This record gives sequence, C-alpha cells and structure tokens, in this order.
Amino acid sequence: MTQTKRPGLTLGPVYYLWDAAKWRDFHFRIADEAPVERVLIGETVCSKRQHFIEPHLAEVVERLDSAGKEVVFSTLSLVTLARESKQIREMAETSDHMLEANDLSALAVLKDKPHTISPLINVYNAPTARLLASRGAKTICLPPELPFSSLREIVQNCPEIDFEVFAFGRMPLAISARCAHARSKGRIKDNCQFVCGEEPDGLPVKTLDRQSFLTLNGVQTVSHACQSLLGEIDDLLAAGIRSFRLSPQDCDMVEVARLYRAVIDGGMAADEAIARLQQVYPAAPLANGFHHAQEGAAWVARARNLQAS
Amino acid sequence: MQLIPPLLTRPLNAVPLVVIERVCRLMFRRIGLAHPGLFERLGEHKAKRFAFLPTDVPLAFIVEPASDTIFVWRKTTDVIADAVTEAPLFMLLALMEGRCDADALFFSRDLSVTGDMEAMLAMRNALDASSIDLSKDLARLAGPFAPMAGRVIGEIRNRALDRALAGETASWN
Amino acid sequence: MELICPAGTPAAFHEAVDAGADAVYCGFRDETNARNFPGLNFSREELKEAIAYAKKKGCETFVALNTFMRAGAEEIWYQGAADAVACGADALILADFGLMAHVAEKYPDQRLHVSVQASASNPDAINFLVDTFNAKRVVLPRTLTIADIARIGKSIRCEMEVFVFGGLCVMAEGRCSLSSYATGKSPNMNGVCSPASHVRYRKDGRDLVSELGAFTINRFPEGEAAGYPTLCKGRFDIADSNGYAFEDPVSLDVMGELEALKAAGVSALKIEGRQRGKAYVAEVVKVMKAAVNSPPDRRGALLSRLRSMSEGQKTTSGAYEKRWR
Repeated sequence: MTQTKRPGLTLGPVYYLWDAAKWRDFHFRIADEAPVERVLIGETVCSKRQHFIEPHLAEVVERLDSAGKEVVFSTLSLVTLARESKQIREMAETSDHMLEANDLSALAVLKDKPHTISPLINVYNAPTARLLASRGAKTICLPPELPFSSLREIVQNCPEIDFEVFAFGRMPLAISARCAHARSKGRIKDNCQFVCGEEPDGLPVKTLDRQSFLTLNGVQTVSHACQSLLGEIDDLLAAGIRSFRLSPQDCDMVEVARLYRAVIDGGMAADEAIARLQQVYPAAPLANGFHHAQEGAAWVARARNLQAS
Repeated sequence: MQLIPPLLTRPLNAVPLVVIERVCRLMFRRIGLAHPGLFERLGEHKAKRFAFLPTDVPLAFIVEPASDTIFVWRKTTDVIADAVTEAPLFMLLALMEGRCDADALFFSRDLSVTGDMEAMLAMRNALDASSIDLSKDLARLAGPFAPMAGRVIGEIRNRALDRALAGETASWN
Repeated sequence: MELICPAGTPAAFHEAVDAGADAVYCGFRDETNARNFPGLNFSREELKEAIAYAKKKGCETFVALNTFMRAGAEEIWYQGAADAVACGADALILADFGLMAHVAEKYPDQRLHVSVQASASNPDAINFLVDTFNAKRVVLPRTLTIADIARIGKSIRCEMEVFVFGGLCVMAEGRCSLSSYATGKSPNMNGVCSPASHVRYRKDGRDLVSELGAFTINRFPEGEAAGYPTLCKGRFDIADSNGYAFEDPVSLDVMGELEALKAAGVSALKIEGRQRGKAYVAEVVKVMKAAVNSPPDRRGALLSRLRSMSEGQKTTSGAYEKRWR
C-alpha cells in the first residue's frame, strides 16, 4: 500500500455539554495551536443540547477554516424524532462542509455525497466498509471495540478508503433513549434542565466496591478509562491507518495533540509520551485493551523489546 | 427447608454408599440410553466435572459427561468439581427434566452455583434441550431399589412442578 | 398480528410451535447470532428438522444471523446464510450491512428482516435498508415510544415487528460495548452480553456479591433475590447515592398496549427469550397467543396468568411509555 500523505490527527466532536463560551474558546485555541488536520464539530449526543453552541458555530467554523483545518460537521448518534431526521437532511443539503454519519439515517441522507463515518457506526469487516465507501464514505473511523486483528484485515482489503482509529479519550460505549445522567439527579430526559452540563468531563459511575467503572454523559455512557493508542501507533501506521482521532476530554487537548503528533513524527518515544499523557489527563487511567482483543478497560503494557525502537 | 419427607431419606443413611451408587449408575445409564445426544451440547465443557449437591439429602452426585459416569459421595467428603450446584433435591430434578425455566432456580437464593458458570449454563441448556422424563425413562428399571426410587421421584416431581412454576424470578439476558 | 416466538433448542422450538406461534426465531450454535450461549442453539440438522416440523403445522421459521461478521472470517456468516436458505428458512434476521448486501445479492428471493441489532430507529434509516437490501421487515429498537412507532409506520416501506415481552435492553441495541469493556466479549462481535464465562458470585460476610470480569455488578443482602450480573442492570454508586443507575432488573411487558400497537401499524409482536427454558417458552407463547386472539377487555385476565408466573418479577412498558426516559 502506498502512503499518499502524512498521517493525520483528527479532533473528534466534543461529546460533553460544555458552557458555550468554553466550547468556543476551546475550538479557537485548537484552531490557533493544535497540530490537528481535521476537526469535527456539532452536537453528537443529545439533540436537546443543540441550541447551546449554535450562537458560536459560525465563528468557530470560520476560525478553524482560516487556520487551515478541515472542518467536518458531526451529526446525532441516536435519531428518533422527526425534527432530528429533518435537521440531518437540511445539513446535508445546505452544508458546504463534509458531514460525519453517526447513525443509519445519516447514511441514507448522505448517499453519493462525500462524507465520513464515525466510530459509532458498526464497521466490523471489509464488505461493510466497501459498501459504505461505494455510497460516498471517504474516511471511516473504526469502532473502539474492534481488535487490531480485525482492523488490519479491514484496512488491507480496502486500500481505497482512509481509515482512522479512536486513539485518545474516554470510549463511547453505549447510548440510550433514557437519560441515566438526568435520572441520577432525580430528573427524566424531558425535564432534565441540562444537568449533564454540571459535569464537563462526565459523571463517574463506580461499582459498589468503589471501583471506577463508567462515566455518564447525558444519554451516552462512556468508559472511565481513557483510550490511549500511543504505544500502538507504529503498528497502526504499518497496518495502513491514515489518521488518529482524539476525542476531547476536559484537559489540555492541544498538549494531547502535540504528544500524538510527536510520536507519529518519530520525535518522541511512545513511553515518554504515555507518561506525559498521564500528567496532561490525570482524571482517568489509560486503557488499550480493545486493541489487544482484551477487555476494553485493560491496559496492556508495551513489550520491552519494542521500546528500543 | 426439609422438602423431602424424612421417611424417604432415612433409608439412604442406612444403605451402603456403593449400593446407592450402583442404583444411581443404573438410572444414569438408563437415561443415557433414552437420550443418546444428551451431553453433545456441552461442547468444550463435556470434559468437566459437575457436582449436584441436594441440600436436603446427605449425598453428593458428581457427573462426568466425558466418561458417562456418575459418582455418589457422602457429603462429609470435600467435593472436587469444576461446577457445583446446590439446591433442594426437587429443584435439581426439575432442572434435569427441564420442567421449569431454570433461570429462576439458578438465581433464587434457594439455589447456588459456584465454580465454572459457563459450564453449568451449558449443562442447564443441555438438560433443557433433552426431553428427560424420569418416570417414563426409569419405568423399566429393575432391581431391589427400583420401587423406592420410583416412589421418591414421583413424589418429588409433583412438588417440583408446582413450586418451580411459581418461582419464576430472574432471567438471563 | 403475528406472534414471533423464541427457541434456543429444538425442544423449545416444538413447544413454541405447539403453543401456537405464527413464527419461531432461532439461530445456529456459533458466533453468528446474538444468543451465542453455551449449550444453546441449533445444528444444521436440528434446524432442518425444526423447519420441517414448523411447516407441517403452518408455522414460519426465522433464522437470526444477527452478529457482525468478524473481519477475515466472513465465510462463517455466509455459510450460515447459505445453510439457513437451504434449510428453508422463511426469513433471515440480519444486522451487518456486509451480510445484508451478500444475502440480497446471492439470494434475492429470500425474505430479509432487519434485526434490532441493526439499530434502525427512524424512517430514513429503515428506508435506507429497504432500498439498499430489499428488507421486508424491521425489528424496531426497544428505545421507541408508541407515538414514535406510529409516526415511523406512516413513512416506511416495510413491515414493523416490535418486542412486547421478555428481556429489556436499556441501551440502543447493536450499539453497546459495555459488555466487552468489562469482559472483552460483546453482543456485536461474539453474540454474548455479560457472558457466564466472566461471571463470579462471591460471599462477602452475609452479602452475595456478583461480579463480571474485574467489576462488582451487584450486592445482595441476605434474603434478597439474587440476579444475574447483566451489566446495565447492576447497582452502582453515583455521587453520594447508589442504586440501579441504568435500569432496575425488570422485564418488558407491553401486552396492555396491543390496540395502540395495532393502530400504529405493527404487524408482528416479538417475544424475547431464546435463552429461556422450554417450559417458559411453552407457557408464555400459549398465554400470549390467547391474549392476541381475545377482545381487549378479556386480555387482562389472561395475562395475569403470566404475571403470576413472573411472581416477584417486576415488569415495565419501558420506552413505549415516555416517562421511562
């Protein structure tokens, strides 16, 4: 396979409900300072939240555009209401930027338009990837739970598609029509009063034995542990992965991007980057179990003989 | 909870273990003949040892599907098995006949499963898939203990039917 | 409305047919279906016999191949589809686009149903599957309200099947990696959720603690009925309180809403529970069949028989009722 361009970094959509000004300033700083090529923006988890970022959307897009970032609009990941479907259709018709599909309805609407596929779409094999590509998918970010053996097989069999992996961030594990976040605060989804905004990095779910386990983000459940594939970058590049997705957490994402960029470019050893990453985002332990076909919460340390390179 | 009338269990204490084991093996073989594919569903779990410990009988029954054998031990001995199910005898027999949905039995606190959960689940499904009918399968059983075995089983089964159907509480999902 | 009934074994299959099922759904004994539990499911020979039995009694058979094909091992799923077609399955229940494309192309006359695992939750998504793979029916996610279903029914070009009784997924089906996060095994990849291989019960003082992989899922004080450690139905700590964070250990029962479902355009009612025993299947199918065929005012009495069977077990109408959210 020929490597046509430099491996890229993609900043995923902010999954959490952040204060609007914080959301805007975060993206301004990404535009100005982060070594990422592509930035996903737009509410992905809950349509009720959409109005928060709308006032700042235009200025954020403009800032990212002029910084030379490729802006891709994210869409909703669980579409049930008519207005949610309508919104995706309108975005597809009017947007001058690419859209990312997070749900089957977006796949339907985006047929024959160039688009990207999010890690929330089930791509577990090459025939599925090829089918999506035949309908206009340009980049596919593979699901977090996919083991490396499957990833390698898919990438090998679809040289025409750019594949991306979910390389940093708490892993999106589930989505529900029910809002566990609101329920935990004595509310239901319909009168939630946006209580999920009180936890910009999610609400911890611990086991009865006080083990950190999961994190609530509105209707979405993400992992407690934070995916880190810094140690696997060489293998992933060798397998033909073209870009790495960094999913925003409430930490210095510019620094996170710099660490990934440094390892991709060979300017920093993976072990050093991993140690620094833990300092940049101390809120959660790192995990890479899914990649190694183990439980997603596991951390598989790098073998000694690999560290020398 | 003493579910088996003491009258029926008392003779067991007096009977030498080797005799009980012989009767059980006879029954076990008879069931095996009537249901030749019984343990095929166990797959990789066929090589494991399954212990069934009736809480109301002082005996332990250990089944080895790979060698088509059943062992009977006194409860005083430590049972060595991959998976152990403990329950009143009527529940164990209900499980065997698939006459009730075993989910509830597995997780009501009257019954406990320890050890290899996957193996025991496979066993439960294998038993449910078979159509063991103890009174039918053992009808032609001969020998000095046949009438007693038949009487105990008949008694227990009737009870199992009523109780097990009412105890539907949990589910594998 | 048709009654679609579960069978995990040939014995349960026969019970379901005899009890009056309009169709029975089942799967092969491997990773190609979402109830890949030890000791469960059908060999090729068993499926063939089951289908023949069902046909004789005027009952249909749907074969679930509703996990996602493992990259590089697609042939296992293709072979499953080929064998199900050869056995005479009336429909294949599929979730993976790659497999749907294969079946649509290779067996254009085979009826294709969209599994709940495909997570088609709106008209655009469903029509996409109808147009692309010629799907004839969609099994709707258990995350929709009846109002949602009615609206969807008006604008899709295929039949709708909904779950009415049995286990309840809290999360959007086919989009959940909670199980693999704790155990490495997931419904999508392995056809299992919270697998028995990773379950452990441990005594802690007088409590019974259930664990899944390295994580505690629940703790039962003495005297409280214990449950299987299904991850989303566990008890957890959030901030200063603890409880069932996602869903209580309840099961779904929307038989009280049959008229509303009929009015919404639903053509088939699905009973969950391929992992349940044959006695359960026989009883539930018999009662449900009678309920479907009865006038609405007589259903309550019939269904109370099921509720007494579910003694101590709580049921919910789940997302079908809006307050659940």
